Amino acid sequence: MSAATSATHPALRDPLARRRLGWVVTALVLLWPLLHLAEFHPATLMAPANVQVMGNFLRGFLPPSVAPDFLGELLAATLQTLAIATAGIALAFVVALPLAFCATRSLSVSAIGPANGRWRGRVLRQGMRTVMVLLRSIPEIVWALLFVRASGLGPAAGVLALAITYGGMLAKVYSEILEATDARPARALLQAGSGRVAALCFGLLPVAAEELVSYTVYRWECAIRAAVVMGFVGAGGLGQLMDQALKGFVGGEVSSISLVFLALVMLADAISLVLRKVLA
Amino acid sequence: MTTYRGQRVAGLACLAVIAMGVVASFRYLAVDFGGLFEEEARHRMARFVVEFFPPDLSPDFLRKIGFASLQTLAVSLLGTAIPMVVGGLIALPAAGRFGTLPKWIARSLLNGLRSVPELVWASLMVLAAGLGPFAGTLALALHTSGVLGRLFAESLENASPLPETALRDLGAGPVARFFYGTLPLIAPQCLGYTLYRWEMNIRMATILGFVGGGGLGQMLYFHLSLFQQAQAATVLIAMTILVLADDSLSGWARRALGAQAH
Repeated sequence: MSAATSATHPALRDPLARRRLGWVVTALVLLWPLLHLAEFHPATLMAPANVQVMGNFLRGFLPPSVAPDFLGELLAATLQTLAIATAGIALAFVVALPLAFCATRSLSVSAIGPANGRWRGRVLRQGMRTVMVLLRSIPEIVWALLFVRASGLGPAAGVLALAITYGGMLAKVYSEILEATDARPARALLQAGSGRVAALCFGLLPVAAEELVSYTVYRWECAIRAAVVMGFVGAGGLGQLMDQALKGFVGGEVSSISLVFLALVMLADAISLVLRKVLA
Repeated sequence: MTTYRGQRVAGLACLAVIAMGVVASFRYLAVDFGGLFEEEARHRMARFVVEFFPPDLSPDFLRKIGFASLQTLAVSLLGTAIPMVVGGLIALPAAGRFGTLPKWIARSLLNGLRSVPELVWASLMVLAAGLGPFAGTLALALHTSGVLGRLFAESLENASPLPETALRDLGAGPVARFFYGTLPLIAPQCLGYTLYRWEMNIRMATILGFVGGGGLGQMLYFHLSLFQQAQAATVLIAMTILVLADDSLSGWARRALGAQAH
């Protein structure tokens, strides 16, 4: 069993070797300008000054800070984060509902037969889709930054930012779910002369409700994470506390906040599991 | 009948709890939404918005924007390509290939990496590597390694063991077994996960700059801090274009891949 024979024997040669080598070389050639653009200098990580700063900071992580007044602040920030996420999702739901209702093709009256308003309906639906895309296209944290800068709002900036971005997302997914469910019951209702709201409630919702609820709850979970992250640009809650602790190099507080954040995410996970089970 | 009623009661109770939670949230935040629409606040908002127009479209500034966009793209690409390798390496023990203890160590490592949001990693990396795109790249890479590692490990666990068993019976070594038995099976799925993550990372890379991770985000933060709204408006436009292009390209790619798979 020598390497030479296995390499030369035609039956043992890898037929794809050359192509794979080509891909690897191409990737490496493409990688070079990328590393340059991203200012990829791993050596900076080892620079003595950076190592010292990081070392001191990390040493501060243990033990986590449990000073009573800090814990009080932490509790308030946690509640604020939860409240931002919940209020934000509630507003987003209010934004999403009419958008999704208008954009769903299964609820089109003109689609069930010849009607005058056909092009009008189409224009309205397309318009609603464009609004959804526009709402979604700017990340929530950018809205939060703008609101914080515009009006000095703290947590309210987070709520509004969530309402805008998540409103667009919920609307898009709601209308997708509604269009993916069987349209025949709704069509039948519309053909029998019922209104669109009735067709939605009795034709589409009974089938789609489960999925709609579980998606909304999932988004609430995401909103908690987003609410934390938005704090970094000044929108209150755990993120803002974390930002302050990081800027002040208070390692003990950073680790306490991180632990609370982890617990919060796990709690949200558990709650959403229960909610989905009960509501579905 | 009773179970139906029981379900109904539970559902209604749940709705009541949710409604209470929403009301409590608004009250806790004590947001004065009415105040937002008062005369003075409205004027201030209007002034702020008006200052964004017209966006700064001078060639010099556009060149800067172009560079920052490229930087954002580079950060997102590296922040996805590095995890493909690192996540793949951690996924091997996490899929239980080297015994139980390495499996649990690798799993908890992946969970740890994944549960810290990118923006938090970025603020930490700014301390470790200084301001700039390198910190952003590291932050993206750390979080994405956790995500991809877990997804890869799941693919590995779900892959059929038969090809590898066959190769073993023919006398192939462990490396050859993996590369020719299992890897071809899971490669398309792993590539799909990676592309999906890249799509998300492009969005994320545009905002990592808020805490000093380079690219468009850092520009936006910088110009907003100096109250240069015209420049900030151009950055916002560039961000929106990048995100929209990302959305439509990935949608197109997904359709193309899906069509190929069928």
